[in-house]
Amino acid sequence: MTALLEIRDLKAEVAGRQILNGLSLTVNKGEIHAIMGPNGAGKSTLSYVLAGKPGYEITGGEVLLNGEDLFAMAADERAAKGLFLAFQYPLEIPGVATLTFLRAALNAQRRKRGEEELSSPDLMKRVRELSKKLGIDPDMLRRPLNVGFSGGEKKRNETLQMALLEPLLCVLDETDSGLDIDALKVVANGVNQLRAPERGMIVITHYQRLLDYIVPDVVHVLAAGRIVETGGKDLALQLEATGYAQYQGEAA
Amino acid sequence: MAAVQETIEQVRRIDVEQYKYGFVTDVESDKAPKGLSEDIVRFISQKKNEPEWMLEWRLEAYRRWLTMREPDWARVNYPKIDYQDLYYYAAPKKKKELASLDEVDPEILKTYEKLGIPLREQELLAGVVRPEGERRIAVDAVFDSVSVATTFQKELKDAGVIFMPISEALREYPELVRKYLGSVVPASDNYFATLNSAVFSDGSFVYVPEGVRCPMELSTYFRINEKNTGQFERTLIIADKGAYVSYLEGCTAPQRDENQLHAAVVELVAMDDAEIKYSTVQNWYPGNAEGVGGIYNFVTKRGDCRGDNSKISWTQVETGSAITWKYPSCILRGDNSSGEFYSIAISNGHQQVDSGTKMIHLGKNTSSRIVSKGISAGRSQNTYRGLVSAHRKAKGARNFTACDSLLIGDQCGAHTVPYMEAKNPTAVFEHEATTSKISEDVLFYCVQRGLSQEEAVGLVVNGFVKDVLQQLPMEFAVEAQKLISISLEGSVG
Ligand SMILES: Nc1ncnc2c1ncn2[C@@H]1O[C@H](COP(=O)(O)OP(=O)(O)O)[C@@H](O)[C@H]1O
Ligand SMILES: [Mg+2]
Repeated sequence: MTALLEIRDLKAEVAGRQILNGLSLTVNKGEIHAIMGPNGAGKSTLSYVLAGKPGYEITGGEVLLNGEDLFAMAADERAAKGLFLAFQYPLEIPGVATLTFLRAALNAQRRKRGEEELSSPDLMKRVRELSKKLGIDPDMLRRPLNVGFSGGEKKRNETLQMALLEPLLCVLDETDSGLDIDALKVVANGVNQLRAPERGMIVITHYQRLLDYIVPDVVHVLAAGRIVETGGKDLALQLEATGYAQYQGEAA
Repeated sequence: MAAVQETIEQVRRIDVEQYKYGFVTDVESDKAPKGLSEDIVRFISQKKNEPEWMLEWRLEAYRRWLTMREPDWARVNYPKIDYQDLYYYAAPKKKKELASLDEVDPEILKTYEKLGIPLREQELLAGVVRPEGERRIAVDAVFDSVSVATTFQKELKDAGVIFMPISEALREYPELVRKYLGSVVPASDNYFATLNSAVFSDGSFVYVPEGVRCPMELSTYFRINEKNTGQFERTLIIADKGAYVSYLEGCTAPQRDENQLHAAVVELVAMDDAEIKYSTVQNWYPGNAEGVGGIYNFVTKRGDCRGDNSKISWTQVETGSAITWKYPSCILRGDNSSGEFYSIAISNGHQQVDSGTKMIHLGKNTSSRIVSKGISAGRSQNTYRGLVSAHRKAKGARNFTACDSLLIGDQCGAHTVPYMEAKNPTAVFEHEATTSKISEDVLFYCVQRGLSQEEAVGLVVNGFVKDVLQQLPMEFAVEAQKLISISLEGSVG
């Protein structure tokens, strides 16, 4: 069976500095992988490289998404093929209503996949259903995207986008950052509803806390641009106790 | 390549090559000889069967113009215009006077069809059941120097509204035209307005009588087709006491290597308790990627809030023209009168835009509001130039101005030149201005969700201009939104 995501010996630079140093990782359909690691280890860099953010140069290795060469696809194609990145700091777009953004994103993806666009009434219906399911105030749909949203609202909005776009691979970068425990529970609950046999997830976090609510199948430690340890969900608990100091020495 | 850099490249490649209105219509035309002289002025007046006073008015303007100098204070550069190398009159040739739209040259009708302008009102009316609440729009189409068709004339007439080519109004309602023509923009006002006064060939005339709310949107559609032809149209709109009218103006021109001159004058008069809403979507040919060709758009637009409690609102979406020199203004003469100016000005390629407004507060408790959104891309220069002034007697004058500029790329420029003068101590003027670059991170966020780079820019820009788009009548807003995307990314509308 083809893995959903296959990362082999990935090396990448940003601003002339090598950040990823031969990173390998396999995610199968239906699995949730947690990536933990100290600040500056390269966790966000990995998510941006996968998503195709400009400014990141691939200097080695390869990545296959459902068996296809990821780096042969433009960033928007990757999205249309089912790659979704939940941003650590979701961006604001003044003057663009959340619903307008959702419509633009979904229909752009559908066009790219050669599917018919969703009509406005159908979209409205679908978005309303999902909002209800995720505990999102429908009023948010009319507000300009992320403008003046609280940290919790922003992350809930990312979850809503994810639910609507139905990606195959979700990469969640520090979804827990800036959330109090109640907001964290709501967002985690949303993410858990999106668990599906066809879908894989990579949950990036610095703290173990999130993993109490989104329980992973596999836990990896990323340090100095490589996966340095892999284990079950108790690895997270172990890290909580020991910290990352033991990995800080891992050289590039 | 960085996202923004990519956008710049894209914008540079597509810009004006994407101009989809650049076709030329093949019709025979009647032209005056090239060049400008008293004889040409007489020729135009004679062609139009004008009353004697009108000819005198034109000649006086012409003589005045000879003594004037072309203004050079705007932040625009262009080679000297040879006024003797232009045609001042061109009319599609017709065999006889038109009795109905059926006699309009089918080539011209096709042109308007291609442009999406419905001239065939009979088809629209032909028993088709309209969705509830759908508005109809009466159209006056000006092709080069003359008006070729005005639709819905009868229905408007029943409501007492006069909407016709100004050349016709000069024959049918000479006293009404005479009373108001040049009363807002005098024939001596400025170089281009004076030129227009001498040679204007057509345009629209609107009179909405006391207490009448115009039953539909009125619209004029301008099209320059002929080569080397200046277009000098003249629009005059009067809303009598308590009247209301919403007027839309659209314009395109074919793609040509020579620059074409467009020097229009628009005068609005609002009497007591009257309101005029004037919306423009300007999409003249902007020239090619190297900056060759395109329309010089030197326009004088002014509204006079002559009566108490009157209101004039300008909304403009400026996407075309090689050079734009345009300051739709309001004279707030009546007590409690108010003026508004909402503007979106997009420049790309080598376009130069110098646009803004003047709000002249003369009456008591007058108020004005200015919302300007400038978007510069490519190697374009985009200047907002505004004047807000309160006369000594303008007690309680209030103004709010917000000017926002958005830059796409690093080879374009945005400039804000606001002047304010309050000669009355009770005046309250507020001014806000921002300049920002389109954010690479925001574009990436959109692209990660599946939008192409172009779609992302379009979405962000449409958000940026939303406050102004909302001021446009519905149908126009949709068109404008598409136009904004096209003029920035070349994505097929
Ligand atoms: N745009 C950039 N320019 C220069 N250095 C960067 C840039 N982005 C990230 N880095 C560096 O790359 C390293 C990894 O960063 P990041 O991937 O954000 O780590 P993490 O998400 O694990 O905290 C850090 O040392 C950071 O300073
Ligand atoms: Mg990070």
